[in-house]
Amino acid sequence: MNDLSTPKLTIKDFTSDQEVRWCPGCGDYAILKCMQRTLPEMGVTRENTVFVSGIGCSSRFPYYMNTYGFHTIHGRAPAVATGLKLANPELDVWVVTGDGDGLSIGGNHLLHALRRDVDLNILLFNNKIYGLTKGQYSPTSDVGTKSPSTPQGSVDPSLNPISFAIGSGARFVARTVDTAQKHMPGVFTRAHAFKGASFVEILQNCIVYNDAAWSDITEKKAAPERQLLVEHGEKMIFGAERNKGIRFNPSSFRLEVVIIGENGITEDDLLTHDESNRQLAIMLGELGANPGEPVVMGVLYAAQADHSYTQAVLGQVEAQKGKRSLKDLMYSGQTWEVK
Amino acid sequence: MASDVQVLESAVVRFAGDSGDGMQLTGSQFTTSTALSGSDLSTFPDFPAEIRAPVGTTFGVSAFQINFGAKAIKTVGDRPDALVAMNPAALKVNLKTLRPGGLLVVDAGTFTTRNLQKAGYETSPLGTPQLEAYQVIELDISKLTLEAVKEFGLGNKEALRCKNMWTLGLMLWMFSRKREPVIDWLQKKFAKLPQVAEANVAALNAGHAFGETAELSATVKRYQIGAVHSEPGLYKTVTGSQALSWGIVAGGELAGLDIVLGSYPITPASPILHALSGMKEQGVVTFQAEDEIAAICAAIGASYGGALGVTSSSGPGIALKGEALGLAISTELPVVVVNSQRGGPSTGLPTKTEQSDLYQAVYGRNGDAPIPVLATRSPGDCFETAIEACRIAVKYMTPVMLLTDGFIANAAEPWKLPDLDTLEPFPVEFAKAPEGEEEFSPFVRDEKTLARHWPKPGVAGTEHRIGGIEKDYNTGHISYDPENHQKMTDVRHAKVEGIANDIPAQDVDQGTASGKLAVVGWGSTYGPISEAVKSARDEGLDVSHIHIRYISPFPANLEELLRSYDRIIVPEMNAGQLKTVIRDKFLIDAKPINKVSGQPFKIQEILDAIRAELAA
Repeated sequence: MNDLSTPKLTIKDFTSDQEVRWCPGCGDYAILKCMQRTLPEMGVTRENTVFVSGIGCSSRFPYYMNTYGFHTIHGRAPAVATGLKLANPELDVWVVTGDGDGLSIGGNHLLHALRRDVDLNILLFNNKIYGLTKGQYSPTSDVGTKSPSTPQGSVDPSLNPISFAIGSGARFVARTVDTAQKHMPGVFTRAHAFKGASFVEILQNCIVYNDAAWSDITEKKAAPERQLLVEHGEKMIFGAERNKGIRFNPSSFRLEVVIIGENGITEDDLLTHDESNRQLAIMLGELGANPGEPVVMGVLYAAQADHSYTQAVLGQVEAQKGKRSLKDLMYSGQTWEVK
Repeated sequence: MASDVQVLESAVVRFAGDSGDGMQLTGSQFTTSTALSGSDLSTFPDFPAEIRAPVGTTFGVSAFQINFGAKAIKTVGDRPDALVAMNPAALKVNLKTLRPGGLLVVDAGTFTTRNLQKAGYETSPLGTPQLEAYQVIELDISKLTLEAVKEFGLGNKEALRCKNMWTLGLMLWMFSRKREPVIDWLQKKFAKLPQVAEANVAALNAGHAFGETAELSATVKRYQIGAVHSEPGLYKTVTGSQALSWGIVAGGELAGLDIVLGSYPITPASPILHALSGMKEQGVVTFQAEDEIAAICAAIGASYGGALGVTSSSGPGIALKGEALGLAISTELPVVVVNSQRGGPSTGLPTKTEQSDLYQAVYGRNGDAPIPVLATRSPGDCFETAIEACRIAVKYMTPVMLLTDGFIANAAEPWKLPDLDTLEPFPVEFAKAPEGEEEFSPFVRDEKTLARHWPKPGVAGTEHRIGGIEKDYNTGHISYDPENHQKMTDVRHAKVEGIANDIPAQDVDQGTASGKLAVVGWGSTYGPISEAVKSARDEGLDVSHIHIRYISPFPANLEELLRSYDRIIVPEMNAGQLKTVIRDKFLIDAKPINKVSGQPFKIQEILDAIRAELAA
């Protein structure tokens, strides 16, 4: 936290002197700017902030932040970040990964970082394609994606990062999109404030290899109809005319889109978002797969109970540390003296 | 009675039984009692990979060998003088190791038709010419044990579990060892099950009494093996895994750093994970990762954060860590990587020993990726070598490969406890923020060591970005410049090569600094080479023993030293790897002597090789 004697940091302080080398028009620029802008507002310091990344376009992120940064190897950022937190739990550690890095080669590490609930802020840039290796399909690519490695279209079903995260045991799961400059800062701030692993899927556009992959939900006209912004305690309403909502249908055990004013539907029939409800989060995370359904943005799930992996691990050490020296340990037990 | 006791200089005893018979416990308790009596010793636990192989089968046989004596003991002994076989399968597997005329104790109670069949015997070998060459003591140990523990009301199965203690009692009597340390241990181990503790103690005493009073003393001699004339000091029996773990912690303390271990369970490296996990009182942080890659990545992350990251595994796991090792080399972060080698390739022989990961350690990464490689020679040596690995890692900002093996990891030997206060500290100083407007670079190098300085997150003014992409020599920023890559590759090499001047000169372990033949070894072949060279020199042969701890870089004087001998032979438990590295570095015609059976060298095998080489 800043005290009065410390001048408030600005976007400039968090911007490194390195030339940004993403393709012009890449969605990563917007995410980077947003992060550089939001960190000073969170009141964090540069020296206490570390960005750890794997490999891929998104993983160049640390070079552009004027903080500590570690560009590691493909898929392994969550593991490196876990070790870093064990060495110094006071650091704010952000992990930047992509759909290939985090869900394909590094799926195992992401799973376990989330399961353990290591206090990391994990940002997964999802552009549904491999960018840096020139356009192969990724684990989040839609079936039928034509790419250099799938000239006749991909055949394997895609993975939903939100479902993966919740299934792995994540206790904070959110989604936002690169074009939502107003929405993203709030999500980053919440992710940062959460104690434990926070997982944020950022829908991001790759202008070169998968342009417009998200346009059906990000286009100005489409956005209000295809995006549902959830807020804890608020009714789930969306649509350009704010007349659509989400209702739970107990007989089908599904969420369904309804129109306020039709078939006697009123706002009272709509679901109120409850961040602490894991089952609800699972259903919300999967919305958007069927025609007419909105994609849910915001904090889908934030567990209430406090938990800290690093505190638990280091707490065991702290409770014991110093009780016996190495010498006492080595010299204990069955020894004998030769004179 | 004293006149009945024959004094021996040394003896080799091998305990063999089913995996469930508790032979490792029996052996380690015999070891403890022997160590406390002041004899020198070396042990060899030889157990199957299966946790509980089907009872009575040959592949389920577990053995423990101990060589102990009133002289310096450097190997586990080529051939046992006494073999205990708790069932037919144990006899079948181990009889060929027993020296002719040796003592064979068998539990005849287990020689049932079914057990004989399982061991592959058509008829019982007991009382047949097959065993003629040995002094056989047939006892129904099962029955004798049941009688001894009858009063404690244990079930038949539980009562039979005391068989190993009965046998231990007998062997302690035979070799004039004390029972008290074993009794103390049993009472502690079964503190919550006093009935079981008492039954085991009763079995132990019964076995001992059987030797003393019975029936045996007429036919079997009792032996006495005295204390060795060791250097004065306080001694303790240690395994390699224990000493290595202590060395890592000592290294951390000398550097003034916290230790963070990332590890994934793997045979035979897991005892290091266990030992360090149990050292929270000494402040060690351990992380059982989701896989081998995560284990080293967490260690690298910890080192990036200003702790000393350590990872421990065996060959297959080290293979998985290869890419991450490259990251640590490229970012110049200290990490200690411990490889407890086992038989390979692939899964290979998980519980058997080998030295076949030397190429992997020295050469096994993508790109030009030099790292220092150190090798331990014995359980006690692990302590000092681990400290050296830590020192080199932090002083030179580099990952260091520390090679040990399955034999050293599990074997025990008496070890003179070091005086920790005399160890030379090597405190780490983290990078400081530059003064004024100067831009901070993470790649400022020490002129002498060429090591970069070590910035620590959390410190204002040393913020920086690093990664596996090539970095500019001066600024540390990403650089694809051709000349810069040449320069960085050269400096990474020069840094590691320079370590040669910061390690002790290579000494001659035994023999002369020049001559007809040098036997050059590394790692756990130390014992058999040392004994073989001693015997050869006693025969008057011109042979010396050189044992290398620093494999990469080699000590600065090694080439000159090796060139002072007419011939070089290199016994290794692999197909010839150090020999290749010696040829590679020096173009010296080192000849390989190889054994890849999962078993340590016998002294005789090396002695034969020495004689053959000198006769050629």
